[in-house]
Amino acid sequence: MKIMHLQNNETMTEQAPDITLKPKVTPPIIKINNLNVHAGQHHILKNINLEITKNKITVLLGPSGCGKTTLLKCLNKLTDLYTELRVSGKIFIEEDDILNTQKNVPVIRQKMGLLSQLPYPLPISIFKNVAYGIKLKGVRDKKLIEYNVEKYLREVGLWNEVKDRLHNSPTSLSIGQQQRLCLARGLAVKPRIILADEPTSSLDPISSKIIENLFRKLKKNYTIILVTHILRQAVRLADNVVFMYYGEIIEQGHSKDLFKNPKTEKLREYMLEGN
Amino acid sequence: MNRRKIIEENIFKFLSGFATYSLIAILAFIIIIIFVKGFNSLSIDMVIKTPKGGYYYGGEGGVLNAIIGSLDIAFGATFIAILIGMPAALYINVHLIRYKRIQNTIRYLLDALWGIPSIVYGAFGFTLMLFFGMNASLIAGIITIALLITPIVVRTFDEVLSTIPMGLYEATLALGSTKTETAFKIMFKQGFSGFITAVLLAFGRGIGDAASVLFTAGYTDLIPLYLDEPAATLPLAIFFQLGSPIPEVRERAFAAAVILTIIILIISLTARYFSKIYSKSNLK
Repeated sequence: MKIMHLQNNETMTEQAPDITLKPKVTPPIIKINNLNVHAGQHHILKNINLEITKNKITVLLGPSGCGKTTLLKCLNKLTDLYTELRVSGKIFIEEDDILNTQKNVPVIRQKMGLLSQLPYPLPISIFKNVAYGIKLKGVRDKKLIEYNVEKYLREVGLWNEVKDRLHNSPTSLSIGQQQRLCLARGLAVKPRIILADEPTSSLDPISSKIIENLFRKLKKNYTIILVTHILRQAVRLADNVVFMYYGEIIEQGHSKDLFKNPKTEKLREYMLEGN
Repeated sequence: MNRRKIIEENIFKFLSGFATYSLIAILAFIIIIIFVKGFNSLSIDMVIKTPKGGYYYGGEGGVLNAIIGSLDIAFGATFIAILIGMPAALYINVHLIRYKRIQNTIRYLLDALWGIPSIVYGAFGFTLMLFFGMNASLIAGIITIALLITPIVVRTFDEVLSTIPMGLYEATLALGSTKTETAFKIMFKQGFSGFITAVLLAFGRGIGDAASVLFTAGYTDLIPLYLDEPAATLPLAIFFQLGSPIPEVRERAFAAAVILTIIILIISLTARYFSKIYSKSNLK
C-alpha cells in the first residue's frame, strides 16, 4: 500500500503542472450532432448541434412551433410514435448513440423522466402511480416499494399533502399536485435526466413556483432540460439557454451572458417582446 | 339573448328532450307489453322445468332447456369474443398507433362485419358445420354467436380506447414501459368502462339473437350436457311459441321474453357491480 501510495504521489508530482493549467471540464451528458427532423416536406429541426451539461438546467427557449418539443421528443425517442417524422443525425446520451443503438428503447427512455404540459396521472391510485415506476425497475419487495413511494413523494414535496389519501384516485388532486405526482413517478425510475415540456403552462402561479423551486433543488442530482416560451421563467431558472427559431438554434450559451448580451437580432426581439 | 335566440333555444331543447323521452317511453312500452301479456303464464315451473310432451300445444313444462341453452351459448360466445376482441382492440390502439391508415382500414372492416345480418352468420356457421361434418350443437352455436359479437366487442372497446389522450400513452412509454405493459396495465384500465359496455352489448346481442342459432345450435327439449349436443335458446323458444295458434302458448312466448329481459338485466347489473369493485381495487 505504501509503495502504491508513493508511486501515486510521484505520478501526481510529475503531472501536477498539467492539472493546474487545465480548467475542470465536465463531459456533456447529452451530445447532439447534425440532428435533422423532417415531416414530409416540412423541415422541423435543422442541423441541430448541441451539448447538454450535467446537473444544470438547460432551457430550450423560443416561440411556439419552433421545434422545442420535437427536439425534446427526439431525446427519449417518442418521435418513434409518429410515422410522418424522419429523424437523422446522432444523439449521444452518456456516449450511447440512441438513434443508432441496438439497445432496448424502454432502457433508453428510463434514463429520462418526462414531465409534459398537462399532467397525465395513470388510472390507478396515487400510491400505485409512484409504485408503477419503482416496479418497472424490477423492485418487488413490498416494504421497499412503500419506502420508495414515500421517498419520492417527499422529494417532490407532496408527501404531507397526500399521505392520508394515498389510495385515492389522482384525479382528486389539484393540477399542480398531479404535476408533482407525475414528477415523483418519473423520478421513481431513477433517471439521470428530466425532460420538462412547458410543465407549468397549465398551472397557477403558486404551483408554478413550487415546480420551479423543485427544479432548482433537483438539479443537484439530475440534469434538467426545460422547454419554455416564457422568457421570465428562463431567466429565473436557466443555467444554460438554447434559443430556437423555426427549427434552428439561433444562439446558445450561459444564461447570464446570453441574456445580458444577445448577439442576434431575433433573440433581442424575443427578449423585448417577452419583457 | 335576443328573441330569435330564445325561440331557437326552446325549440331545440324541446326536440332533443322529446327524442330522449320518447325513446325511454318506447322502451318502457315494450317492457310493459311483455310483462302484461306474459304475466299470467309466468310461473316458477317456467324456469325450473323443461317442456313435457305436448308443451307446444298447451301441455305442462317450462323453458329451462332454452334458459340453460341461451346462457351456455351467450357466456361461451362472450368468453371467446373477449379472448379475441380485447387484445385486438388493444393492438389497434397500442401497436398500430403509428399506422393510421391500417387502423382505419381495420375499423372499416370491423364496422362492415358488425353490419352483416345475423342470418348470414347463421348460414356461414352452417356451412362451417357441414365442412367439419358437425351436427347442430352447442359448440356450433357458440362459435357462430362468437363470430357475430366479436366485432361488437372490438369496435366498442376500440372507440373508448381511441379517446384516451396521446399524452397518457406517451407518459407511460416515457417511463420505460413496454407496449404490452402500456396496453394491459394502463390502456385497459383507462378504458375499462368501455370494455364493460362492449361486453354487455355483445352479451345482449348474443343472448337475444335467433337467426344465427336457428341452423347452428338447433333446438331440443333437453338440457344440453355436452358441447356436441343441440341446444335450445330463448329467442327460438319465443319464436316457436309465438307462431302457435293456441293463445295460451302465445302467452308463454311473452313469459319467455320476460325471462330473457330479466336475465339481461341481472347480467348487466352484476357486470356493472363487479366493474365498480374492479375500479376500486385499482385504487388500493
